[in-house]
Amino acid sequence: MKESIVKIRNMGKAFPTGEGDFWALQNINLDFERGEFSGIVGPSGSGKTTLLNIIGSLDKPSLGDVEVLGQKIQTLNQKKSSILRAKHIGFIFQTYNLLPVYNVYENVEFPLLLLKMDAAKRERMVKDAIEWVGLTDKIKSRPNQLSGGQCQRVAIARAMVKKPDLVLADEPTANLDSENSYKILDTMLKLSEDLGTTFIFSTHDQKVISYLKRIIKLTDGEVSSDDTQTGV
Amino acid sequence: MFSFIIKGIFRDRHRWLFPLSVIIVSVAILVFAFSFMDGFMMSFVRQTARFDTGHVKVVSRAYSEMLNQKPHDLALLDIKDLLEDWRAEYPQVTFVERINFGALIDVPDDEGKTLMQADAIVFAIDLDPAGDDYHRMQIDRALAQGRAPRHSEEILISDIAFENLNLKLDDEITLLSSTVFGSMTMQNFRISGVVKFGIQTLDKGALIMDLDAARPMLDMAGGAGEILGFFTDNRFDTTRATSLARNFNQRYTDVDDEFSPVMLSMAKQGNTGYMLQVMDYGTLWMSMSFVIILGIVLWNSGLMNGIRRYGEFGLRLAIGESKRQVYFRLLSEALIIGFIGSLIGVSIGALISKNFVMDMSVYQKSSSILTENLLSTTMSMKVVWVGFFTGLLSSVLGASLAGIAVFNRQTSQLFKELET
Ligand SMILES: Nc1ncnc2c1ncn2[C@@H]1O[C@H](COP(=O)(O)OP(=O)(O)O)[C@@H](O)[C@H]1O
Ligand SMILES: [Mg+2]
Repeated sequence: MKESIVKIRNMGKAFPTGEGDFWALQNINLDFERGEFSGIVGPSGSGKTTLLNIIGSLDKPSLGDVEVLGQKIQTLNQKKSSILRAKHIGFIFQTYNLLPVYNVYENVEFPLLLLKMDAAKRERMVKDAIEWVGLTDKIKSRPNQLSGGQCQRVAIARAMVKKPDLVLADEPTANLDSENSYKILDTMLKLSEDLGTTFIFSTHDQKVISYLKRIIKLTDGEVSSDDTQTGV
Repeated sequence: MFSFIIKGIFRDRHRWLFPLSVIIVSVAILVFAFSFMDGFMMSFVRQTARFDTGHVKVVSRAYSEMLNQKPHDLALLDIKDLLEDWRAEYPQVTFVERINFGALIDVPDDEGKTLMQADAIVFAIDLDPAGDDYHRMQIDRALAQGRAPRHSEEILISDIAFENLNLKLDDEITLLSSTVFGSMTMQNFRISGVVKFGIQTLDKGALIMDLDAARPMLDMAGGAGEILGFFTDNRFDTTRATSLARNFNQRYTDVDDEFSPVMLSMAKQGNTGYMLQVMDYGTLWMSMSFVIILGIVLWNSGLMNGIRRYGEFGLRLAIGESKRQVYFRLLSEALIIGFIGSLIGVSIGALISKNFVMDMSVYQKSSSILTENLLSTTMSMKVVWVGFFTGLLSSVLGASLAGIAVFNRQTSQLFKELET
């Protein structure tokens, strides 16, 4: 029996709009197990980002329960939710992934600074993470000196450097060409397998979908199918 | 984390350039303005103390009620013993005797008939060049022609009166006044020198003679109209002067005797206290206004900058900073910028102040305020701190207001910025 690190029960999320509430998510019941490489798939506006943000405790559900690593997202205060993110969750976004004033090394180091890790250990972990994504020669470069693919690799290193339990990747390949998309997908899959990290993607990119072990289809804020692939 | 914040500020021109420039310029202006105001005030205080009020002044109770009229008929008489007591009791104060009185100058023609007359104020001081009042009144510096009186028949006259009355050195003039007992008195004096103090009130129509000349003329043996007290370190301080006066008056003032001595702090004489207070309030209000105005300017620039940085804040929240941390790091940035800006601003302000001298004689023509002709600024620790904290506070105020806007935004809203 595998350990379930995300449990979502009867969850719904409403946004207030001019004409009453708009339900971006409804009746969500999902479990994610440790080490899963899964994705939420659906067209734009189907609620993927909203779901990832709630799992990452950047937002709160309007209804139901969401438990991440034993913590109830709906009742977490600001401080506790930031600690949960700092220690256990890595994020990769479509754009604006890096702090532009900091170089590759500093961007990857930032999550460890928040964890108040000592300098020697920090340096080793940062260098390892940058090596995982193959950017050791770009360590002093600033984001504006890197290509889109390189930026996404730095983002992966930054998400992975603290060896989190869970990585939430919101359309990470949306701005990349196929070659770069495959490169970063290979990198993430390998890291997931090596470190046992749980990945949850949000995507409508076929290249990403082809890598996923489990595909959860979201249609108008509801789960319309949930298939575990075999033999990928 | 500190060096991380520092790098963040200085690699992003938008974060430091505007706030830093605004703070530097404002603090420099403020420091200069305060040091100028203080310089003006200190000059006024020094001159007023020197020529008129002392740091404290002892007069008879009756005299104190008509202080401005210099009623020499209400002078303290036979004060030699008292003076000795005071000197022993208050070694931190130098006491000097002075007599001020109004007189009529009468310039005779060759036949001894009145040629011209003019009103004058006579300052009778201890004119012994070895004594300290001679230096305090800056006689040597003020002498424009001739020399100081050597005996009691000689007198000094201000240059304006000297010219108006068409006098020459060594001319004889007659002074008419009244004795302490109210009878008319007159005496001839020879002009030994002409003085120009650069102080309008003194230069218009003043005469300076020795105490030993004034006493017999006024029938005031052993008396003095006013006894001025100067702190030996030569620094006036309202609190110190006030408590000295309180102590003195408890011992020596007799409410039933209008000829008993009473001590008045400089701040209690004429406009000085009022001016000192206005100056203090002025400094406070000016620095507070600066904090608010600067704070608003920096608030706005902080808001603009904050909007530009929403994406960054959102990302940092995702990485695991709490909103509180984001907010406080924003304040730290402001603190650092405020610190550096204030430091530079204070230095620049001090540098400008240091090299600033203003010739006030043009403005003094129409004024009776006792300031020196050349006005320089006074840099004090007070000015440095007020300037420094004004810069620092306004920077933090601006950032804390701007930061609230960021703080109040929904986390998920910050993320909307990431998607576009
Ligand atoms: N903060 C918000 N306020 C109002 N509506 C929102 C907000 N965030 C998302 N929505 C709406 O919720 C729906 C789902 O959005 P989202 O989760 O971003 O979809 P996806 O990531 O699948 O494109 C969309 O219709 C969107 O307009
Ligand atoms: Mg989305």
